[in-house]
This record gives sequence, structure tokens and C-alpha cells, in this order.
Amino acid sequence: MEDLNSISLNSQNEKNIGSDQLDQRNLDWYIDKAVSMIVFIAGISAIIFIVGIFLFIAKEGLSFIIKDMDFTEFFTSPYWEPSDEDAPEYGILALILGTASVTGLAMLIAIPFSLGTAIYISEFATGRTKEFLKILVELLAAIPSVVWGFIGLTIMNPIIIKLFNVPVGLNILNAGVILGLMAAPIMTSIAEDTLKAVPDHYREAAEALGATKWQMIYKVVLPAAKNGLLGAVLLGVGRGFGETMAVLMATGHSINIPTSIFDSVRALTATIAAELGETAQGSEHYGALFTIGIFLFLITFIINLSADLIIRGVRKK
Amino acid sequence: MEGFGISKTNIQSKRVEKLFRIIFLGMTLILILPVLVILGTLIVKGGSVLSLDFFLENPTNGMTAGGIFPALLGTIWLVSVALLISVPIGVAAAIYLNEYAGDNILTRIINLAIINLAGVPSIVHALFGVGAFVMFFKFGTSILAASFTLAIMTMPVVIVATKESLQAVPIAFREACWNMGATRWQTIKKVVLPNSLSGILTGIILEVSRTAGETAPIMFTGAVFFSPFLPEGVFDQTMAMSLHLFVVATQVPGVPENLPYGVALTLIGMVLIMNSVSIAFRFYLRGKKKW
Repeated sequence: MEDLNSISLNSQNEKNIGSDQLDQRNLDWYIDKAVSMIVFIAGISAIIFIVGIFLFIAKEGLSFIIKDMDFTEFFTSPYWEPSDEDAPEYGILALILGTASVTGLAMLIAIPFSLGTAIYISEFATGRTKEFLKILVELLAAIPSVVWGFIGLTIMNPIIIKLFNVPVGLNILNAGVILGLMAAPIMTSIAEDTLKAVPDHYREAAEALGATKWQMIYKVVLPAAKNGLLGAVLLGVGRGFGETMAVLMATGHSINIPTSIFDSVRALTATIAAELGETAQGSEHYGALFTIGIFLFLITFIINLSADLIIRGVRKK
Repeated sequence: MEGFGISKTNIQSKRVEKLFRIIFLGMTLILILPVLVILGTLIVKGGSVLSLDFFLENPTNGMTAGGIFPALLGTIWLVSVALLISVPIGVAAAIYLNEYAGDNILTRIINLAIINLAGVPSIVHALFGVGAFVMFFKFGTSILAASFTLAIMTMPVVIVATKESLQAVPIAFREACWNMGATRWQTIKKVVLPNSLSGILTGIILEVSRTAGETAPIMFTGAVFFSPFLPEGVFDQTMAMSLHLFVVATQVPGVPENLPYGVALTLIGMVLIMNSVSIAFRFYLRGKKKW
């Protein structure tokens, strides 16, 4: 394709020289160059944006990091008390644990069920059922996170209070289930894509050897799709980790080192969402929130990068 | 290869297979049914609130009564301006990636950046919006700042959808055009884009639905809890559907029970209808395609 194209461009350039339609052809040629320049800039804009995101949040967080931040305190203190007038304290340990516990529970739910669903859709379901389930999964993935938060607040909350006889239903369990239901459709559809990418002749070969469907899935399809499935799981983790509105509304949003799934917790993302509006620009508190943002950015960047490397590894093979 | 135990265990294997089929079907149902029940609850409780007046009236009595008109209008503003920004850049970026870019390190970095734009937490996009558009570019908290934030966050949707539909145009179409002496851009304009336009449209519809549902990125960049005025231009602040749901569900005391359900149902209805249209459109196109 490259070769063919350069040939056609070259021959055209030669024709241009000394031809009657010199101006017209030249104009087209210049337009072509200009367009390729424009789309190139649009192409690299994604890089510009992602670098820009990092630079702008780093810029706002920088003075806090340099002047006020105590690294050990920031990562190991469970006390997040930014509005204490005498001695404000900025420890995000409880927030990290809040995010981790909710994401962890969500993944315990989402990983097995979304992989199971992906296997069912890809290997068992056929025809209309398959199309219907795929569409349903796609629609479920589109439900906005604020709606999920609302569901946690109004539907899950009383159910948990009644079912487990606890005073408050806004806790790790609530947010974990909500987040699990939220992340599952996305993980399902990526996992299903991965399973679909396993060539059919693998399956045919296994069948020819007398394998049952389950033997074929377990010994042939899953090993072949292993990396892609891992990538799907990682993307799900990243999604759960960065989720904001649903965890803000469903966790109870109170600072706790969690000891049981019925404890209310507060997440990193939710803290920014709840407090940014009430801080003065340039203040210590404001800088601390942006520093949490830098932390979130770096973690999700690493998760996405590893997911990409793992999935790409599959495609290379 | 050790083989799979063909003869004696055959019947038993069949039984095992059936068992696994049921297990996986069970997992699928466990994942999907609760969500359908939840949606049913939203429809039952929220449906009683919906009426033409609900869509066309202002909130009254400190947002405990009345309708959602300013929030609906605000979401339309935010989504439209965001699309004006993200669609041209996103489509051009996809054209670059599919028609121009080679398989090299730069392309890999661009793809990685796109994945990260989609994967960075929405609240981090909000921080970026505050730092870049509200303050650095001095848009203030306005529709413009919020829409820029939304546009950058949801751009991967347009890029990915456009790239897919460009890929679906057979390479022979392009070669035929080049052989007639057309430049690369003439080929794209006259052959590639017309043949992929409908695919790009489905991507744009998806982007509309995604943008309409986002809350965190607009909280501090342009959307407000309540505004007595309707926005008149891109430098005004506005209410928005997604934020309005958050506000009536958590911030306002004394809201009648069903009102937030009505807001949630409207929001989710908007999103799901647009997604369904996009899916239906895709099926229609798949049936129509001749190559």
C-alpha cells in the first residue's frame, strides 16, 4: 500500500511539470500537503492532551508538594483533616484503603461473573440469543455513573439495611456491588472480543480430537486468550479505581480504616469531587486535592499501560 | 497431546458439558437480571413523575417541585459545544491513524494516549478542566470550559468508532482512486469518507450519549447546582441533567421521594435511547453493506 501510493504520487509530480494544468494540479498537491499536516496535528493531539492533563494538574499540585507536603505523612497517615485550622493534616491512607476495599470487592464480583458471561456469549450462545445478550451488555455499559450512585443510594441502601440488619446501608458492600455491576459489562465485552479473536481452527482441532465443549474451552480457548482476558481484567480495575460519582454516593463518604464490609469509607476520587468546590484556589487544601489527582493519574496510567502491553502482546502472536 | 478421553467417558462428558452450560448461563443471568430489576424499579417509580410539564417547567420551591427544563437545556448546550470540539478533531485524528500513519513508535504512542484519555478517572479530567480551561485559558466556570473538558474526555469514542468505519472501507477502493491520479486527500474526500460516513455517525451518537451522562468533569468547570437564569451563550454557567440528579438525590432536603427517580429515569432514558439508535443503525448498515 505504501509503495503503490508513493508511485502514484511520484508519477503525478512528474506529469505536473510543464503540463498545461500546472496551477490546478499544484493546487491539489498543496491542499493534499496541507490536509496531511492538519490530520497529523489532530493525530498527535491525543498525546498533547494527555501530556497537558499531567502538566496542568502537576502545576496546581506542585507548590503543595514542594512546600507543605510531608511524603510519609501523606501516604501513611490515616488522618485527612484539611479544614483543621491549627494543624491541618493531609494523610490519604484511609482514602487509599477506601478506594482499594471498594475496588477489591467490586472485582471479586465482576471478574468471575463477567468472564463467565463472556464465555457464555462467545462459546455457548448462538444466533439471536447471542446478538441479544451482546446488545444488552453494551446497553448496560452505557448507564451513567451518577445513575449507579443514585441506585446505590435509593435502592441498595434499604436492601442492605434490611438484609443484614445494619444501621447504615451506605458502605463498602453497597459501593462494591454497584461498582461490580458497573465494571462487569465493560469487562465482559472486552473479554468477549478476546475470546472471539481465538481462531476457529483451534476449536475445530480440539473437537476433532474428541474434546467436549468444556474441555475445548478449558484447555484450548482460555489458554489462547489468557493475556487478553488479563488485559480486560486490568481495564476493569482501572475503571473501578477511577470511578467517582458512584462511590461518592454509595460509600457513605466517611473517613474510616475499614474493618468489615459494613463500614462506610471514603474514596480518593470522591474526596476530590466533594471538596474541590469549597477550597480557595492556591490554598494548601486545593494543592493537596490536585496532588491526589496526580496520584490517581499515575496509577491509572500504569494500569492502562500494562493492560495495553499485555493485550498487544496477544495480537503480535 | 494426551487426548481428551473419547469413548467410555463420552456420556459423562456430555453431562459435564451440560452442567457447565448451565453454570455459565447462570452467571450471565446473575449479572444481567438484577440490573433489569433495578431499571424496572426506576421506570415504575420515576414514570409517575414524568409528564410534559416535568420536561418543560423550571424547578420550584427550592428544587423540591416543578420540572427539569433548565437542566435539560443545559445538557443540550454542553453536549452540542463538546461535539463541535471533539468531532472535527476526533475524525481528523482517526483519518490520520487509518489513512496516513505507518506502523511505528509514534502511532503506538498515539494509541496509548487515546487509551489513557479514555482511562484517566473522570475527576482527574475535572481537575485538568479547572487548571487549564477555567483558569489558564480564563474561560471561567462556563459552558465553554465544561464542554472542552467533556470533549477531551470523550474524544476516544469518536476516534475509535471513526477508525473502525474507515478500516471497513476496502483498500481496493483507495487503490482504484489513486490509480486515476487522485491525491490522498481527494481519495479520502471522494471515496473513503462517503463510504464510512454512516459508521462515523453511529460513533457520534454514542459520544452524545456518553457526554450527556458525565457528571464529575462538569461539576467544577461550568455546571452549577441551581441557576435562576437560562444560559444565553458559551460563557454562561448552566444546570445539567447529570449534576441535577446528584443534587436532588443528595443535596436538597425535603425532596419528594419520586422526583429524583423521574430525573434518573429521564437521564437514563436519554442515554439508552441514543445507544439503541446507534446499535440499530449499525445493524441496518451491516445488512446494507455490499462488500
